[in-house]
Amino acid sequence: MNKQELLPILRIDELSVSFGTASVVKGLSFDVFPGRTTAVVGESGSGKSVMSMSIMRLADMTGASFPSGRILFSSGAGEGIDLLKCDQEAMRRIRGKEIAMIFQEPMTSLNPVFTIGDQLCEVLILHEKRSRADAMVEAERLLALVRLPDARALLARYPHQLSGGMRQRVMIAMALACRPKLLIADEPTTALDVTVQAEILNIMKDLQAELGMAMIFITHDMGVVAEMADDVVVMWQGEKVEAGPVEEIFTCPKHPYTRMLLSAVPKLGAMQGFTHPRRTPLTVLRNGELVQEGDDRQQDTADYTVPPLLRVEDLSIQFDVKKSFWGRTTHRNFAVSQVGFEIYPGETLALVGESGSGKSTIGRTIQQLQESANGEVWFDGKPMSKMKLAERQRLRREVQYIFQDPFASLDPRRTVGDSIAEPILTHGLLDRGTPTRRRVGELLERVGLSADMASRYPHEFSGGQRQRVCIARALASRPRLIIADEALSALDVSVQAQVINLFMDLQREEGLAYLFISHDMAVVEKMSHRVAVLYLGQIMEIGKRADVFERTAHPYTQRLLSAVPLADPSARRQRVALTGEIPSSIHPVGAPPALNPLREIASGHFIAQERV
Amino acid sequence: MTGFIVKRFAQAIFVVIAVSLIVAVAIRMTGDPALMIAQGATNITQADLDRIREGLGLNQPFLVQYLDSLRGLVTWDLGNSFVGGTPVNLLVDKALPATLSLAFASMFVSIAVSIPLGIRAAVARGRGSDQLIRIFSLLGLSFPNFWLATMLVLLFSITLKWLPPSGMSGFASFIMPAVTMGVILTATNVRLVRTTMLDTLNSQYIMVARAKGLSERKVLYKHALRNCAIPLITYFGLQFGGLLGGIVVIERVFNWPGMGTLAFDAVAARDYPVLQSVIMILALLIVGINLLVDIAYGIVDPRIRTK
Repeated sequence: MNKQELLPILRIDELSVSFGTASVVKGLSFDVFPGRTTAVVGESGSGKSVMSMSIMRLADMTGASFPSGRILFSSGAGEGIDLLKCDQEAMRRIRGKEIAMIFQEPMTSLNPVFTIGDQLCEVLILHEKRSRADAMVEAERLLALVRLPDARALLARYPHQLSGGMRQRVMIAMALACRPKLLIADEPTTALDVTVQAEILNIMKDLQAELGMAMIFITHDMGVVAEMADDVVVMWQGEKVEAGPVEEIFTCPKHPYTRMLLSAVPKLGAMQGFTHPRRTPLTVLRNGELVQEGDDRQQDTADYTVPPLLRVEDLSIQFDVKKSFWGRTTHRNFAVSQVGFEIYPGETLALVGESGSGKSTIGRTIQQLQESANGEVWFDGKPMSKMKLAERQRLRREVQYIFQDPFASLDPRRTVGDSIAEPILTHGLLDRGTPTRRRVGELLERVGLSADMASRYPHEFSGGQRQRVCIARALASRPRLIIADEALSALDVSVQAQVINLFMDLQREEGLAYLFISHDMAVVEKMSHRVAVLYLGQIMEIGKRADVFERTAHPYTQRLLSAVPLADPSARRQRVALTGEIPSSIHPVGAPPALNPLREIASGHFIAQERV
Repeated sequence: MTGFIVKRFAQAIFVVIAVSLIVAVAIRMTGDPALMIAQGATNITQADLDRIREGLGLNQPFLVQYLDSLRGLVTWDLGNSFVGGTPVNLLVDKALPATLSLAFASMFVSIAVSIPLGIRAAVARGRGSDQLIRIFSLLGLSFPNFWLATMLVLLFSITLKWLPPSGMSGFASFIMPAVTMGVILTATNVRLVRTTMLDTLNSQYIMVARAKGLSERKVLYKHALRNCAIPLITYFGLQFGGLLGGIVVIERVFNWPGMGTLAFDAVAARDYPVLQSVIMILALLIVGINLLVDIAYGIVDPRIRTK
């Protein structure tokens, strides 16, 4: 169907949205057509979520005002109604019925105290005036529609009994209950694992085709855009900078910001043929022009001629999760089972895996944030279990941790200078006063901030700047190993690209080794010398980056790679069939999970005996 | 859920035993009741004292006495008051309903007022009605209860002669004591409801409920309130315990024939059997209320129930 023949179902016309005096969306215009998906792309602060909340007029509740513009919605023929002129009463008849919405956080989108059935029926009873019994029948059908097994039993369950992927499918069922004309999906898969994301995206696409509805898909992930969109609107600082069909945006982006955004996205497969990770120049926007910054070089920093800096041997970690009435442990979470690997000086080893794979638990154990582990961790040739207290303290200095959330990992009531100085003072590396202050200044400059920022508080920084502060803090004690636990996941792509380069520069200059914990396959491919793929606490595949990515041998790694959406709309493909939910790593006490011993298939390339 | 209740019940029994032991020991540490009774009488001999002790069962070993007092609690035979020899159970039979009806009336009034007001304040956060509600709640918090009680009596009983100044006689006599206690409870509760509600209203599922097209009333009173109920129930349960303690003052001011008055008189007269019974019964009540709170918790929050 040619879209020119169709009338738009939604026309946003010169929309402006303000909060108090701050203008967040400025003169935004675009059309959404029935049966088509319009992706709205942008980084944090681009106004894309405010825009979607404004269509629903839910932005009113957070204090938004609409100084100008129209949002024309036509459910039938004609120009339709201006949603900005509707009162909340009229909007309530549209919300959930004509226009429905799916939110980012499936874990918090469902009300914890009502059953799935109750929450689904509510919409049906409200908008379609069904009886409760009738609504329940329809609810069951809807759950089956989003491919949830055992729909009938699910109706009586509560949200906390469901995984994130299942909850998001319930959300989709709820949004589609009254066959809305327009579905707004605000980052619906951002919080999900890649394999789950792939399945959710498939379901959404199929249902859209079936119901013929229009969709506004808000995301920051160019891969998801390429996968889902027919049309793309790129937003930047509250304004539309570019719009067009998806192929056009990807093949010949016109606006410099779009080009910058696309060049910042790490592309899976981009490293084909390279032995080492590659530091690539950064494309930045300067006075409206694109400039390349920094050099392009091989990251050949790993030194395999010396003994490994860190060696992990047969590491197993279990948590008691369920106790019987009399307090005996009946179920354990076998978080990590028999994991072993080495990291050499100057090397980056990536631990990749989905939620529940045990990757963060391993990181925390090495940093001694986690007790009760079996197996051995050797640092610099010394086993951790034999270390004296003073040596363990020294180890805490030489191994530093960077957390995922730069907003939560800095004390909001201390200046960033104090936060950075803390490890220096704790380990007695420098005298209080001038020497420490000078070092803090150096560290801030080292991570691309300025020394005079030391007296500021975390809230005065953006997310990317905060993560730089966290890196400066990690560097303060002159560590030899840095554990970066999803340290890039919370950052916008353009910021992420900068921080990746910072990590690589620091590795070159300070000879740092990284344990890089991530779920993002494309970033891992770009950064790592070697890669270990974890699944349910066990290593499935480990080897050089090129081995794991280009000569993938384990089916789980293949599945993981095939689930990653590619930032290339021409490469949409039928995926390897996915079986959905990741099983639980919780087992009854007498029945631990089966162990899959590794076997070497090429020099340094190991895979687990197949089980998946 | 059953396992959960059974566990809580076992804990409650343990607490009751611990409390009763502490009460029994503590009361015996404050002096010999026989000497207390004999006080004032002239030429008391050791034989007289022994006879008094025997009459009270004080010559028995501690364990026997303790078990006797527990048995008394179960069979509702609480011994006789030292003052006038009235059976304690008759005193309690009269005082307990008076106190409970007053306590429940105050709690009920306070909850019924503070929930809608607290929600209103949360919804209108920072605007006029929120400010107004917060100012009034601060005022309510600032009055000491005995002062407020006296002022009410001056106004409604002495000047206007609308309400009886003291005693318990029909519905009208309930109004001032219940209002006095209710005002202070409400002042705290409004703030608590407001804060809890603000937290809940920021949740994603509230936005989802609105996006479904539900009316604001449904969003607030169905989706939000049920989630607020979890912290609120805990707090109300704790508050009830504090209320039973604080009721002594109010009962004195209004000359209310309740447990507070009974305890107050018993302390003044060193009337141990009465005092011990009052403390034990109040402790049992508080343990019972907390058990109910735990069960209510499980009913409201499926995450506890289905664990």
